[in-house]
Amino acid sequence: MTETLLEVEDLIVRYPVHRGLMAALRRRARQEIHAVEGVSFSLGRGEMLALVGESGCGKTTTAQAVLRLVQAQGQIRLGGQDISTVGHRELRPLRRQVQIIYQDPYESLDPRFRVRDAVEEPLIIHNIGGSKEERRALVANTLERVGLTPPDLFLDRYPHELSGGQRQRVAIAAALVLEPQLLVADEPVSMLDVSVRAGVLSLLDELRASGLAILMITHDLSTAAHFADRIAVMYLGRIVEEGPAREIVQNPQHPYTKALMSVVPKADPLKRRRRVILQGETPNPINVPTGCRFHPRCPIAVDRCSVEDPQLHPTVEGKTQEHLAACLFT
Amino acid sequence: MSTVLEHEPGVETGSSTRRLRAAIWAILKDRPSAIVGAAVLALFVLVAVFAPLIAPHGLHERIGPPFGTPGAYPPLGLDDGGGDILSLLMWGARISLMVGFAASLVAIMIGGTVGVIAGYFGGVTDTVLMRITDYFLAIPDVPLMIVVAAIWGPSLWHIVLVIGLLLWTSTARIVRAQVKSVRERVYVKRARALGAGNARIIFRHVLPQVAPLLVANTVLTIAVAIFDETALAFLGLSDPSKISWGKMIKNATGSAAVSAGAWWTIVPPGVCVALVILACTLVGQALEDALNPRLRVAHLAARGFRLLPRMLRDDK
Amino acid sequence: MSEQVLAVEDLHVWFDLPKGERLHAVQGVDLDLEAGERFGLVGESGCGKTTTILALMGLLPSSAGVSGSIILDGEDILAGGERSMRPHRWKDIAMVFQGAMNAFNPVQTVGAQLVEPMEFHGVATGDAAKRAAGELLEMVGIAPERAERYPHEFSGGMRQRAAIAMALACSPKVLLADEPTTALDVMVQAQILDLLTRLSDELGLTLVFVTHDLPVIAELCSRAAVMYAGEIVEAGAMETLYHDPRHPYTRMLFGAIPDPEGEREVLSIPGAPPRLDREIVGCPFAPRCDVAFERCPVERPALLELGPRHYAACHHNDPVSTVAS
Repeated sequence: MTETLLEVEDLIVRYPVHRGLMAALRRRARQEIHAVEGVSFSLGRGEMLALVGESGCGKTTTAQAVLRLVQAQGQIRLGGQDISTVGHRELRPLRRQVQIIYQDPYESLDPRFRVRDAVEEPLIIHNIGGSKEERRALVANTLERVGLTPPDLFLDRYPHELSGGQRQRVAIAAALVLEPQLLVADEPVSMLDVSVRAGVLSLLDELRASGLAILMITHDLSTAAHFADRIAVMYLGRIVEEGPAREIVQNPQHPYTKALMSVVPKADPLKRRRRVILQGETPNPINVPTGCRFHPRCPIAVDRCSVEDPQLHPTVEGKTQEHLAACLFT
Repeated sequence: MSTVLEHEPGVETGSSTRRLRAAIWAILKDRPSAIVGAAVLALFVLVAVFAPLIAPHGLHERIGPPFGTPGAYPPLGLDDGGGDILSLLMWGARISLMVGFAASLVAIMIGGTVGVIAGYFGGVTDTVLMRITDYFLAIPDVPLMIVVAAIWGPSLWHIVLVIGLLLWTSTARIVRAQVKSVRERVYVKRARALGAGNARIIFRHVLPQVAPLLVANTVLTIAVAIFDETALAFLGLSDPSKISWGKMIKNATGSAAVSAGAWWTIVPPGVCVALVILACTLVGQALEDALNPRLRVAHLAARGFRLLPRMLRDDK
Repeated sequence: MSEQVLAVEDLHVWFDLPKGERLHAVQGVDLDLEAGERFGLVGESGCGKTTTILALMGLLPSSAGVSGSIILDGEDILAGGERSMRPHRWKDIAMVFQGAMNAFNPVQTVGAQLVEPMEFHGVATGDAAKRAAGELLEMVGIAPERAERYPHEFSGGMRQRAAIAMALACSPKVLLADEPTTALDVMVQAQILDLLTRLSDELGLTLVFVTHDLPVIAELCSRAAVMYAGEIVEAGAMETLYHDPRHPYTRMLFGAIPDPEGEREVLSIPGAPPRLDREIVGCPFAPRCDVAFERCPVERPALLELGPRHYAACHHNDPVSTVAS
């Protein structure tokens, strides 16, 4: 049983929508964007959990909340310690434990920093490695860990001299150099060429195998299925289905997940299946539907669904107890 | 697992600064106006710096009668006190340019600081600082300068401060806009997620992106500062013991040079001011164009592709 | 057998580089499209696919040099340069650009922006144009009343549909689409692909779909061409490309796609594509190929016909190689 590292309980993130002057004068109620509405999950060491969903589902906001980059309600426990209400002073050492890599390899590195500087910066910020030589050694070591060998070839390069895949590896190195326990990867490969993705994902897999916990945000179910241990499917701020990755993908239970799986393009042109194409688009998180948030677009919704708001529970037809879904029919 | 470092097609190597300088040089090269401007500016600066060595006559030397003509006293004749206009221009350049540069420095420092603080911290700080900026912007410059100079008394440093205090607003706005956009870049967010403090983010990540734009803005500010100094000197608000181009014009008009027909006492200093301002503007605008990536035209803009003859298919 | 609508012969595009060099972005591309066909042009960044379709529209800047033939309904529209391309642009061959959904004029209603190409090309004016705009919106699945709305009132998916409607304003025969679904959610993408299928079936519209996303092409297109380093390395029916690829790049590209149901390992292709500002000697893929042999770095493979409308440029398909090696 893997040791639990991160526990998130009833996470809620709401953004106020700015009222115009007229609306304020007329005392209209402040509207809020319900970005995350009660999300709970846990992540163990050496485990990769993929938060999967379409835009507006709250997956990125959830990750930002875990990193304490946005205001949130609820509990976030890292290694047993509650970090959800910790002040900024105490946060800084905690930041060492949780690192993030971003989607855009072209934007996530400062164009004026050499690779050496980019990977060294976290060490300087957190006062690790007493001398310059010690830091340099750590940097070179980390570059090797991410597959940029020999390190000397890359130390003095600027980001624009590297390919997308290499930049992403540098970003991973800069995150790794602090020896974090948890890595949040926000769409780590979606902006990379297809032929390069597997390399970066394999690297993440290796890091996971060596004990790093990884929370991966992605819209790509196929990638999640291949590289993650568990998948949590999000819709409009909630997790609607969760479970072991292969199980979710091969035996989806929630109608939303089923629809998603049916429309993900398959490479084999001969494998035709019935596609459930939902009408319209994900509604605005300002006006969340009553009852089950998915019911307006759900192909199997009944009247009850507009009234009752189902919570995550173990599914009837799931192959394990850990396969959860939030639907009246599962 | 090793990764081969392959150069992407068309990627140049080299430091970011070197690339920037190369890019600026490439743009300036293509604009002869900028080269001319830079040359003119350099010429004036050299003259100002070496005036004590190269001016034909001393600052207060009388070498002839008032309003001596250029014919009799080449190359530019004499002013109302019998001093050589050319020498006076050189000595005057020192004051005009020095005040211009110093006032710009004051303006850039105030404007830069305000811009960075307002742009980076946003919120109430931003609002307050921007309202103050608007206040300064709304004030008509020259009347205020007159009032302040009249109250403070005519001294060179007072003039520098007064001009600087009124010029910082445009810098503040430009810097604020740039800081706001840089603040949203992913690598800045990343630095914050790493735990970097505000000071580190501002100095190491934000300012380097702002600096080039600031340089371009500075050059343009210098042009305005020199103009303001000339105006103030002309109005008699500058240091009476120092001679500048504006002072020369003032002396000339004050001693009825126009009715005496002594155009050489008014036109040369005016032309110098105009030339320096023009030079600064040419260089400043060229720099702005060079540093503003948005001005690069999108590839879909033109349809002027060239039709080439069919290639012979190689025997493969 | 459908009639041929668009044929491209030996298309080359060069771009002038600052220091007097040239980038050979498209190196001898041939295409052969039938009416109502959905054709995919797939490849990774820098392979020349976008440049190719921009060339078909004649939308290349003055730093570009183009040679070859673009034969539309029997006429080589490239022969007279801009002069001969202009009459056909948008009326016979139209394009949905990359990021088209973000390229709307924010201060004009969507309806007005649909009417504009119609009036400009003399297809319809005034009220007739407005009605036609409404019909176009309906055709792409948007209520016609929404023509009075502004782009910011449309969602991303709806704007993309509107962009498609705009491209269809003059009823072209060929629609080129450059990564139209890349920035969209998978469900919206499914809607758009569905729409494109319907349009091509109902209107007999020939579709050229450019993307790096192979599975999307597998969903939508019947045939495709794989581009690498400016040239087509393999072209054929989708089933053939998947089940019988004859170019290592095609095979490896499919191998790099994660398939959730299978347990197959996902592969990456080491190295990077060659620079196009230098002449390439031998096969452009040889440095990264896992089955390259002596002939490959020396001699550039020709595109060989391997079956009905199946072509590949690899020495392994050449009987001469197999006999010699």
